[in-house]
Amino acid sequence: MSFSVFILQLLNGVQFGVLLFLLSAGLTLVLGIMGFVNLMHGSLFMLGAYFAVTLFEQTGSFVLAGLGAVIATVIAGVVLERLVLRRLYHRDHLDHVLGTFGLILILNEVVRAVWGPAAKSMDVPAALSHTVTLLGLPYPSYRFAVIGVGLLMALGLYLLIHRTRLGVWIRAAASNSTMSAAMGVNVQLLNMGVIALGAALAAFAGLMAAPLSSVQSGMGEPILIMTLVVIVTGGIGSVRGAFYGALIVGIIDTLGRTMLPLLLRELVDRSTAQAVGPLIASMLIYLVMAAVLLFRPQGLFPVKHA
Amino acid sequence: MKRFTSFASRTALAAIALTCAQAFAQEPLKIGFVGELSGPQAVLGQDQLDGFLLYLEQHGGKLGGVPVQVLREDTQLKPEVAVQAVRKLIDRDGVPIITGVTFSNIMMAIHKPVTDNKVFLISSLSGPSPIAGAQCSPYQFITSFQLDVAAEAHAAYANEMGYKRVFIMAPNYQSGKDFLTGFKRVFKGEVVDEVYTAMGAPDYSAELTQIAAAKPDAVFAFYPGAMGINFVRQYGQMGLLKTTPLLSQGAVDGSTLPALGEAALGAFNGAPWGPDLDNPANRSFVQAFEQKYKRIPTLFAAQSYDAAQLLDSALRKVEGNVKDKDALRQALKAADFPSVRGNFRFGNNQFPVQDYFVQQVVKDEQGRVTLKTVATPLKDHADAYTTQCPMK
Repeated sequence: MSFSVFILQLLNGVQFGVLLFLLSAGLTLVLGIMGFVNLMHGSLFMLGAYFAVTLFEQTGSFVLAGLGAVIATVIAGVVLERLVLRRLYHRDHLDHVLGTFGLILILNEVVRAVWGPAAKSMDVPAALSHTVTLLGLPYPSYRFAVIGVGLLMALGLYLLIHRTRLGVWIRAAASNSTMSAAMGVNVQLLNMGVIALGAALAAFAGLMAAPLSSVQSGMGEPILIMTLVVIVTGGIGSVRGAFYGALIVGIIDTLGRTMLPLLLRELVDRSTAQAVGPLIASMLIYLVMAAVLLFRPQGLFPVKHA
Repeated sequence: MKRFTSFASRTALAAIALTCAQAFAQEPLKIGFVGELSGPQAVLGQDQLDGFLLYLEQHGGKLGGVPVQVLREDTQLKPEVAVQAVRKLIDRDGVPIITGVTFSNIMMAIHKPVTDNKVFLISSLSGPSPIAGAQCSPYQFITSFQLDVAAEAHAAYANEMGYKRVFIMAPNYQSGKDFLTGFKRVFKGEVVDEVYTAMGAPDYSAELTQIAAAKPDAVFAFYPGAMGINFVRQYGQMGLLKTTPLLSQGAVDGSTLPALGEAALGAFNGAPWGPDLDNPANRSFVQAFEQKYKRIPTLFAAQSYDAAQLLDSALRKVEGNVKDKDALRQALKAADFPSVRGNFRFGNNQFPVQDYFVQQVVKDEQGRVTLKTVATPLKDHADAYTTQCPMK
């Protein structure tokens, strides 16, 4: 593999990582602050993508579609929080899992009923529909934009958590929610705020993913599994952990997919390498997660309790 | 007086018998339709049903002059549900003919229960290799095609175009491997690389970077359904549709084109039929389908229309008598109907022997995205498994 291909594969890994980060940040806050296992997070990603596709069809504007999708998904997230999630907070984790898994099934069917069974897709905005040449190879400018916007969102989230009052509450609650409630933080409002923030980030991820991959019922589950790997690897409750965890998972997954079959080809014959390579590559991130759990169960970048 | 009564009763009996016979003739012939009618895959099953029902409607609900009642069963992409559905159709409804069948795993589950009961199985979509080969049955008639042939058509086309270096890829499962094997069987040039991706993978950026770096003459890729939508879209976003011909299977057919739209322009597809094939049967089929359903017919609808035509021709020959299985089989095997794909006959495995086409995604005069036939790389072609089928 040449140097230029390696650099481009790194970029592909970062792009995937950035998308994963947007989902992981919301999920890790909910899990860290509220101790709530929210499997429905992937469904918010799906809803965001569907809202974006529909609004883009109606308005033709990527910006309007994005704004609308984020607002609509936040409303959906808050409504579900008030109707369902709130009743589950004080119960144990198995009830969280069952309750939110039920919501996944319901939302998948709702989406199918509203938008139909066939997959939808969305065009890349015209200004970003070209490729740029990098080290002699083409690279879609849209993917560059995803990386850029994703990094900006990460910066914004960093500033929100470390430079604002809301950030202080969030960090306090993540560290010890009972104590912060005793100190006068309105935990109920904060919970809703965190769910809303998570929904907004998930919708944003859905918007950015929609032009890359097809939008269909059930699209949230595979990415939810990756997201869970990210937050376990990075450290639950830590946005910094989600950021580095997402980049690590994105890069390992991408490089593993392309380099492992090549490496195996040196060791065993070509047809075996072709068959076994993708299988091991798809396991790679889970192996990393298992190793992290074994040697550093709190995650690579856990919340600092200073 | 006695003679008179006897005469009268005999006449009456004869009259009753005649009325019964007439009533019997009026009793509609029941035909089972099994297919995917729910879930995301319903797009395929609905197309099959629409194609079949269109022909029925054009012929006053009759096939071969016999009124027909179509009993629909949704197989829900579950083999066990499909087996139950065909058992019900055979045991309770007594259907002599079952058509439809969307996916290979469903076909493999119902093939034996249906053909063992000497019920005719007219598949209009699924055509897996085992039943084309060693497990073939005299009661199967396939109006779709054996899928490997599409890979062979692409390879023959690549040979025709003089492509020397081709990059081939597919999802990492049996059909994916079969497809690439089919391609390699016929392709004469060099396979630059053979890549298998995870099933259901949504993102192909890493593989597309490999393609861009390898600079092959063409890419051959098998990606059905949602994977195809993602793959073609991202292939285009890399600017590759303009530089490297994409010979694809499953990715740009009637099931994915509505979602892909203009993003698929330029991609190639292999098929036994196209909406632009120039023969009288096809012209009238396409026109009637577009008029009724307001969309371009897909291959699945065309194959089902052919299934209905096949049944029409055979039932006419046996005058609606489905009891004489041998006669009906002979009539079906003759394939005496004007197929929408032009030349059509059955091979010894009762799969089609016909021409295969390579099509390109283009815009038609009305600005709709459709498939245009650009080459006929395989002529009067039988699938590779036909020699393994012991039937004559």
